[in-house]
Amino acid sequence: MINNSIYIKSQQEVFDVVIVGSGAGGGMAAHTLAKAGAKVCVLEAGQPFDPADPKDMTQMKWPYESLRRGSSSSLRNFGDFDAAYGGWDIEGEPYTRKEGTKFDWFRSRMVGGRTNHWGRISLRFGPDDFKRKSIDGLGDDWPIGYDDMKPFYDKVDKMIGVFGTNEGLRNNPDGYFLPPPKPRLHELMIKKANKALGIPTYPSRMSMLTKPINNERGQCFYCGQCNRGCSAYADFSSSSVLIKPAVNTGNTTVLPFAMAREVMTDPITGLATGVSYVHTGTMMEYSVKGKIVVLAASAGETARLLLNSKSSRFPNGIANSSGVVGKYINDSTGASRSAIIPSLFDRKRYNEDGVGGMHVYTPWWLDNAKLDFPRGYHIEYGGGMGMPNYGFGWGIEGLNGRENFTRDGIKKAAGGYGATLKEDYRRFYGAYVSFAGRGEPVPREDNYCEIDPSVVDKFGIPVLRFNYKWSDYEVKQAKHMQDTFEEIIHSMGGEAMGKKPGAENNYGLADPGRIIHEVGTARMGNDKKTSVLNSNCQAHDVKNLFVADAAPFVSQGDKNATWTILALSLRTSEYIIDQRKKGNL
Amino acid sequence: MGLSSLGLAVFNPDEKAIENLELGKVPVKRPNGRTQEEAEMEAKLKAEIFLNAHELATITILSDIIIPADKKSGSASQSGVTAFIEFIVKDKPELKTPMRGGLRWLDVESNKRFSKNFTELTPAQRLNIVDEIAYPGKTPKHLSQGESFFTLMRNLTATGFYTSKIGIADLDYKGNTPNQWNGVPDEVLKQYGLSYDA
Repeated sequence: MINNSIYIKSQQEVFDVVIVGSGAGGGMAAHTLAKAGAKVCVLEAGQPFDPADPKDMTQMKWPYESLRRGSSSSLRNFGDFDAAYGGWDIEGEPYTRKEGTKFDWFRSRMVGGRTNHWGRISLRFGPDDFKRKSIDGLGDDWPIGYDDMKPFYDKVDKMIGVFGTNEGLRNNPDGYFLPPPKPRLHELMIKKANKALGIPTYPSRMSMLTKPINNERGQCFYCGQCNRGCSAYADFSSSSVLIKPAVNTGNTTVLPFAMAREVMTDPITGLATGVSYVHTGTMMEYSVKGKIVVLAASAGETARLLLNSKSSRFPNGIANSSGVVGKYINDSTGASRSAIIPSLFDRKRYNEDGVGGMHVYTPWWLDNAKLDFPRGYHIEYGGGMGMPNYGFGWGIEGLNGRENFTRDGIKKAAGGYGATLKEDYRRFYGAYVSFAGRGEPVPREDNYCEIDPSVVDKFGIPVLRFNYKWSDYEVKQAKHMQDTFEEIIHSMGGEAMGKKPGAENNYGLADPGRIIHEVGTARMGNDKKTSVLNSNCQAHDVKNLFVADAAPFVSQGDKNATWTILALSLRTSEYIIDQRKKGNL
Repeated sequence: MGLSSLGLAVFNPDEKAIENLELGKVPVKRPNGRTQEEAEMEAKLKAEIFLNAHELATITILSDIIIPADKKSGSASQSGVTAFIEFIVKDKPELKTPMRGGLRWLDVESNKRFSKNFTELTPAQRLNIVDEIAYPGKTPKHLSQGESFFTLMRNLTATGFYTSKIGIADLDYKGNTPNQWNGVPDEVLKQYGLSYDA
């Protein structure tokens, strides 16, 4: 029998560094530190994952190889082939929300974390993104600026690989780019429509290898399925690109199924001594010792771990003398719309899978000083003749009865059946386009996560309770997104689908958490009363405790977080190496 | 090979420990591309019986009315739509009652008109009912529930068909194969008056 006696097993080995989490931040820290010769232990709450292992591989599978034809399930929320084990709700691992507020929390329980299925949109922050308060007085400045980060972005570009183009845009800085894939047909149409409207369209910046960069990783073969994980390791995921080579150094031990419970401390020195964890399979309790502890468990989990690591010395949780841990959590804004482009009806068939996701995008192009909301957004585009999946053909009765949607131009009855219905499905295939805005919110102290006073998960670990509300700033930004999408749709000669979202539903603004870009729960700063970490992501209160995920972010820009997580983790890791050499750690 | 085979977890319980937890349970084999949890969930769903033979026979007939064989491709039932619907209503339990109730609604309507279940009707008698529920906006008011059911059947049939081998070939989807993307074919660019130089 198991679980009759949980007993605590303590490792004898003392690692140089214990890292919690194997996603973008933890992977980069493990990779950098192990390559520098440190003995590293990585705790991962989920299971092993290797997209080249047939056991885990879903790439190149057809919809009929899934019983549910690729639909989502409670165990794979983004579809049956998506490389995310976990989801919005994980059995036995609840989280709660304060009454009247919303927050949805997506967790991947696997080596590599959420980098296994992410969109690979790899945008550096620009100079303005670090200094928003100086520009308009809202939010806070980072304690570092673009010049501090640029060398690390450059290294990440070269180490991991990203395609794109240098456009000389001030707040969307140039980088070291591989050649971008050419736009697809609908993307050329969007570009043309945008040009007429004065909206810029550029090749997207994403981390797929359009050219090989080393012998360990292959080249993109354009299946468009990056979210399933790449068996050629031709896209970036932490598991394939960072953890795997870190393990190969012989200096890294990865412990899967290890759910961190607390950061352990020395009651006398107050320094971190390691991490206690529960094995999620056996329910046995363990601890692992380290000279340095790096938390990279995700903004939410890192805050939870800090807050749960209480002792007489740290009654509010470790590194939390400021009381700031959990505060300022912020997710990207998101709103979307789709459309049908009649000129794409009955289009010629060819393979346009391309890379997984968009080949072009629109970075923020306007001046907020002239608008009624303070922060920008970028636009992501979708569409094309993709692989049919569960949901294909759904709702055709809303399309095939429309004027001008028939081949001969004669209106026919909506819905129907039989051979003419089959003709309709063929005609509409590949004529959809979609638009998604992803924007910057203003971080607020009164948006926070905290420990729920009465709820624990199945491991007995107190859970997070979220308290998050959008402000007018974000709602007005979403309105602007919707107006812009309609302009582009009309300029393309398309018909927008569904009713235009309005004030009654916040202009389609996604609930907090839904964009899965939550950051900011242990923010950096120069003042230890208003921040958790210093400018090197080192805890003000505990000098051998670091954070390497998106928790240190002071704000998130109108960019996706991953490239900055990677660059910041690299910077933090190099600082750790430097400080070790100097004997300061 | 998984990360667990890369020399990690040397001193800790690994996947074996998880497997040992399954004592007393008939082990479910983990197929490629599924987690152990998924394999167990799917084995359970497959073993469940929900729709009966009569209901499945009705679904087969309806799906072939919606997607019949034509010059280009086969029919819904030839593509395996019946088995797909049999599974998906168990996987998405919110579909169970609309499906079961809708099928019964259809039999009741068939009996009102022709004193027989739908499966026993002639093709012309079947269309007598279908024609009144297949066109949203034109449905006689008292048959609105039938329209909802037929719309659900149309959606499930289309999704099942176009995600099957036959349906994917019918759509002429060309992807899901390694290739080098070199942009939109020239003749297509010409057709739309677009170019890469603009």
